[in-house]
Amino acid sequence: MKSCLVVDDSKVIRKVARHILESLQFSVAEACDGQEALNACRAAVPDVVLLDWNMPVMSGMEFLQALNDLKMANRPKVVFCTTENGIGHIRAAIDAGADEYVMKPFDRDTLEGKLQLVGVA
Amino acid sequence: MTDGRHEGACRVLVGLLEARTGQTISPGRIWRIETALRPVMRNHGIDTLDLLVGALLAAKDKRLVGEVVDALLNNESYFFRDHVAFDALNDEVFEDIRTRGGDGRRTMSIWLAGCSTGQEAYSIAMMLADAPHKWRGWNIRMVATDISGNAIARARAGCYSQFEIQRGLSMTRMVRWFDQTPAGWQVKDELRGRIDFREHSLLGDLPPSGPFDVVLCRNVLLYFAAPVRRDVFARLHDALAPQGVLMLGAGETTMGQTDVLVPSRHYRGFYGRSDDRASAPRHAPRISAGA
Repeated sequence: MKSCLVVDDSKVIRKVARHILESLQFSVAEACDGQEALNACRAAVPDVVLLDWNMPVMSGMEFLQALNDLKMANRPKVVFCTTENGIGHIRAAIDAGADEYVMKPFDRDTLEGKLQLVGVA
Repeated sequence: MTDGRHEGACRVLVGLLEARTGQTISPGRIWRIETALRPVMRNHGIDTLDLLVGALLAAKDKRLVGEVVDALLNNESYFFRDHVAFDALNDEVFEDIRTRGGDGRRTMSIWLAGCSTGQEAYSIAMMLADAPHKWRGWNIRMVATDISGNAIARARAGCYSQFEIQRGLSMTRMVRWFDQTPAGWQVKDELRGRIDFREHSLLGDLPPSGPFDVVLCRNVLLYFAAPVRRDVFARLHDALAPQGVLMLGAGETTMGQTDVLVPSRHYRGFYGRSDDRASAPRHAPRISAGA
């Protein structure tokens, strides 16, 4: 079973994402900001991180930079999942090393397609 | 619709769709008729399906028939639907055609039959355009057709909503091949100019530019009744060049439905003309004997 860490400060979004991911046979862990997510990755590396952009304490971009700095051999795939839907944000995510990008709102098919693109579904 | 209301009206509408397009609506999908037609009814100030059928039979507004048929066609599509199959198309079928081309005939013709709103046609165009070094000097003709005038207009426009753009499309291809505009995600002219979109019925004459090295007819045949499907298979056979390759939707097959198209000897999940079997393959089969 593949594992996904859902990182979002919205409890509703985490719940929706969990529901979809569990239907796709993922085991799901949750974090409500980048710092919490970083701690979770240090403890147990998930296969993929579903990452919000704007969060308190540590943003998605700050998390991604910190994750890259860890230089993990088995770095999880990172899929941004955000309301930031401008092409500039997508380019910035690519430059920062994100593996995919989902714009909210999304549905099951969209998320499954993105997870397939990064090779975890 | 499940409570039996408008049952007669639904029968008329299913008959109209079948007469105009050859496509049918299975009993299990009758429920979607009212949903699909709601925008048309709203635009014409019609409250119920019975009244809509009355208006169609009165034939006062010729455009109404076209709008109803268009709305009943299922135009759902997305980019790189079944990405594994698209990878096989690119890595095996296209690659073999390219290799065979060598210094000789450097042309490839592709027909997307039932292309809906264009996502799969643009997917193919992106795959080819992403490898310009491979296809330099090649003349690649892509024809994409659909019976729905609205779908073809949307395909030609190449402008997709946020919901549509991220169904199957990677972020790198989004930023490489699309511009974000107030109207939506607009495919770049460089890509749009590669495809000849045409309104066309699968039951009509074959489209120009054939015969085709590759034909894609995906998730279309399931909407035809068996006898019509047999007829369409015969036309797809006629459209295929010798040794041409047919790609169907994930759940579709020719087996048990036609004798003129058979599973490809060379590519798993693809089909070819049964009369190709008499001729020698032009390249080593990719499917091992034990497969």
